[in-house]
Amino acid sequence: MPEAKFHIKRYDATRDAKGADRYDDFVVPYETSLTVLEGLFHIQEHLDGALSFRYCCRASICGSCAMYINGRYRLACQTNLAHVHADVITVEPMPHLPLVKDLVCDMSDFFAKYEYIKPWLIRETPAPEREILQTPADRKKLDMPIDCILCGACYSSCPSVWTEDNYIGPAALLKAFRFEVDSRDEARKVRMPSWDNERGAYRCHTITNCVEACPKELNPTEGIQWLKMAAVRRRLFGKAK
Amino acid sequence: MPHHQLIVVGGGLAGLRAAVEARADGIDVAILSQVHPGRSHSGAAQGGINAALANHPEGHDDTPEKHAFDTVKGSDYLADQDAAIQMTSDAPGVIFEMDHWGCPFSRFDDGRIAQRPFGGAGYPRTCYGADKTGHYLLHCLVERAYERQITMYVEVFVTSLITVDGACRGVVAYDMIRGGFEAFTADAVIMATGGAGRLYSNTTNAIISTGGGAAVAYHAGVPVKDMEFIQFHPTGLYTTNILMSEGARGEGGYLVNGEGERFMARYAPKAMELAPRDITSRSITTEILEGRGIGGKDFVHLDLRHLGAQKILERLPGIRDLAIHFEGVDPIEEPIPITPCQHYTMGGIDTDVDGRTVMPGFYAAGECACVSVHGANRLGGNSLLETIVFGRRSGAAAAAALLGKAGGGDVSAAGRQAVADEEATVAMLAARGADGEDPYAIRAEMTTTMKEHFGVFREDKLMREGLEKLIQLKERCARIGLRNAGGVFNVDLIRTTELEGMVDLSLTVAHGAIDRTESRGSHARTDFPTRDDERWLKHTMAHYPPGGGTRLDYKPVTLGTFEPQERKY
Repeated sequence: MPEAKFHIKRYDATRDAKGADRYDDFVVPYETSLTVLEGLFHIQEHLDGALSFRYCCRASICGSCAMYINGRYRLACQTNLAHVHADVITVEPMPHLPLVKDLVCDMSDFFAKYEYIKPWLIRETPAPEREILQTPADRKKLDMPIDCILCGACYSSCPSVWTEDNYIGPAALLKAFRFEVDSRDEARKVRMPSWDNERGAYRCHTITNCVEACPKELNPTEGIQWLKMAAVRRRLFGKAK
Repeated sequence: MPHHQLIVVGGGLAGLRAAVEARADGIDVAILSQVHPGRSHSGAAQGGINAALANHPEGHDDTPEKHAFDTVKGSDYLADQDAAIQMTSDAPGVIFEMDHWGCPFSRFDDGRIAQRPFGGAGYPRTCYGADKTGHYLLHCLVERAYERQITMYVEVFVTSLITVDGACRGVVAYDMIRGGFEAFTADAVIMATGGAGRLYSNTTNAIISTGGGAAVAYHAGVPVKDMEFIQFHPTGLYTTNILMSEGARGEGGYLVNGEGERFMARYAPKAMELAPRDITSRSITTEILEGRGIGGKDFVHLDLRHLGAQKILERLPGIRDLAIHFEGVDPIEEPIPITPCQHYTMGGIDTDVDGRTVMPGFYAAGECACVSVHGANRLGGNSLLETIVFGRRSGAAAAAALLGKAGGGDVSAAGRQAVADEEATVAMLAARGADGEDPYAIRAEMTTTMKEHFGVFREDKLMREGLEKLIQLKERCARIGLRNAGGVFNVDLIRTTELEGMVDLSLTVAHGAIDRTESRGSHARTDFPTRDDERWLKHTMAHYPPGGGTRLDYKPVTLGTFEPQERKY
């Protein structure tokens, strides 16, 4: 039976100093194929029950298991050993985020910033009896941003997030973009102040780490640049969209 | 000790919809969820949500009544007809509401919500957003929950109910971030924790779909209904069992065996690939058992190549990605290897159409509940609908019961006692430690037993052997050891403490299946191949007696609108 070598970063606040570099090594046997998440479960069940990591759907849609695997942001569930091309699978939590334990990052700031941009459709017109009509062309504008799974990889990868505590980051801004381009949304002045400010779009310096990090192959930078242009247009011509 | 008027356990579609509804009525509501609500398993749903909107040109004369008929026929007449009618008549309104809240449904050229054909449906009435409908609906409701400023306790794992004088007054939970158990008291609780797919080793379900909420209720004395009815989805990926949407066949995909035949012609000559899931799964399994799998192996092909790259990229981009990432197959170029997999728990906590259970103050909605609208076989596209319709109804019913009433009084003493009980249980498991039974060995044997003994086809002797194994596993549960007791984000604690509930639910499946000497919907017995309405047109109710074991009794099905007839597709 083939074996996979795992090199896993550990952290337990009750025994490790902050920033300590503690790694444990494990050998995981498998039959024909193995994902990193399956490997973590094998370790948790049979080798070290104390290992902590997030998991849910194991089908790359829930966004739980974003990790730093052999130096790249990946979903553990979607990463087969065959994709990694390495003798040792090194698994670390997403960097630049506070830690809860082992591979589990504290995502509370991430979600607070998501909430900050008012990530919900805002209408002023009373709702019609049936659906609000939307052309396929208008619907197509949503294709990219609605596939975001809020895994946090882009947020963890962004140097502007590392250096500016207040910067709301690529995921929240992508969500703002998602609503600003929705033909049904009427937020106009209501949402814009939450991204057209010193915490928002201007903090993006188009480093595009987020584009590289996104396991769903989305392009937060594109959305953020759209927001910047919309803000400028609004200042020059008084139009929101 | 946190206290809220209403606690909703579970942050998937049913729980979110319940909380949003109750909040709109002015109730102080909190969601407790094992994962951030946006990570719930509802998000893995792909193909769509049914409602008779009559937007599709071929469905211009569709009505909620026709939707109800298809649902009842699909259920093999075990659904309660009043509940099915309630669901289908609520359906258009709740879909329009999701659109008003921003759900990005795909659109027809005229701007209306797009609909596609689905299995067992007389009309194309499945509304969809590409093949990621669950993800879009889920995020839409998460957004609405933030907008309504609903309190969310995230990464909190509920282990038991707090009951006072027979009424539900809150829950005890392990707080994964803080570490340790805590009581959350309330005047009412809605359980919305999803299905129990992980009773089986071959499931499309998320790793957290362990039936936790149903088990907690069952242990507290609330009966579970129709647990023997387990849906096997025809098309799970061969190696990982990840779902390949029914939408793939709705868009025209073929099922092909090792001889290159579209074998569904033998089993459902009219509906072909769009026969209901129970029939399609049996057909695939029969092909495999008779040696007509691909290369004689235990899978067949889902072939989409004739749809062309454009249609696949536009309508089915998600399943294409999944096939590439998890099976190494690009459906544009190659057929996808698939096999039937456990997919849905038709049974669950027995409720009425407003989520009420036999326990005052305790409601349930979504897959953990059984209203019942799916009966013996759920139609594709009806599960998302169920979550939103009955989530909304249970939220409204709980709110109506709470509004304008004084709270039920201080139950913090009961809360403290419940926490102490939970801590004592964990201490006992931890005292055994590595000397106790290995919970992961028990889990592996349970899931294999369920797959092998309570699968697509069932037979008395095979099931009794399975039951024997489950009874032994239940005995071993009494000696489980917990290797890691304390601390934060303790995965070991969660997966160890939830195990006995999983075995207990497996036993309800086993007993229900063995006793039901007929074939109906997903429950297909080779030794009793026909439906027996005279003896078995009734719901199985499983009770957890204080002394242990499984006690079954039965309850009539609500009929009245559609006369039971033979199912032909």
